[in-house]
Amino acid sequence: MIMLTLGSLFILSTAVAMLRKPDVYLRINITTKTATLGLGLILLSSAIYFWDYSVTTRVIAIILFIFLTAPIGGHMLMRSAYLTKTKKWEGMKVDDLEGQYDPKTKKLYSEKRNTGFAPETTEKD
Amino acid sequence: MSLAEYYNYVILPILGLSIILVFIRFLKGPSIPDRVIALDMLILIAIGIIAVYSMQNDQSTFLDIAMLFALIAFLGTVAFAYFLIQRSQNDE
Repeated sequence: MIMLTLGSLFILSTAVAMLRKPDVYLRINITTKTATLGLGLILLSSAIYFWDYSVTTRVIAIILFIFLTAPIGGHMLMRSAYLTKTKKWEGMKVDDLEGQYDPKTKKLYSEKRNTGFAPETTEKD
Repeated sequence: MSLAEYYNYVILPILGLSIILVFIRFLKGPSIPDRVIALDMLILIAIGIIAVYSMQNDQSTFLDIAMLFALIAFLGTVAFAYFLIQRSQNDE
């Protein structure tokens, strides 16, 4: 019961943050952290409530799946949002990815573009 | 206060309020990734509501549907991200 309350409160905080954050990137950041924590707490409380092997294995499968896929989906969505040049928050001071993406091939350079190592595929061209 | 009353009067209103807040973001969202992540979040909250509902009715079969929803949420997010990248490439 305590875990259920905590989980629902975490999900409520996620929803409030979804409404109040100024930027796409911050919102994606939130849903991959607090939402997975709240959902994990609620599902674990249901596992404790039923206290049965089949339900417990099912719940563990759901939690593992969500914990694996939520960051992957968030990262893919954030990359696509950056590549399509979604508007950033005005208060953002440092943008480390500025100019690091090759606009044609969508390759990511690791260091500064002129000094650092380039990806191997660009040397062949 | 019994456990069923606790579900009805505390847990489900909190989850419903959070669904309403996320849905406002889904309607307002200035860009497409905003709407996609709001949709993802709606499905995740729906998984939580399904878990609470299965506890309320003592039927553990509903957790299968929760697993299905998690799969659909991941597939939808990845498909939308891929679609956005492809569309930006076609525009250039």
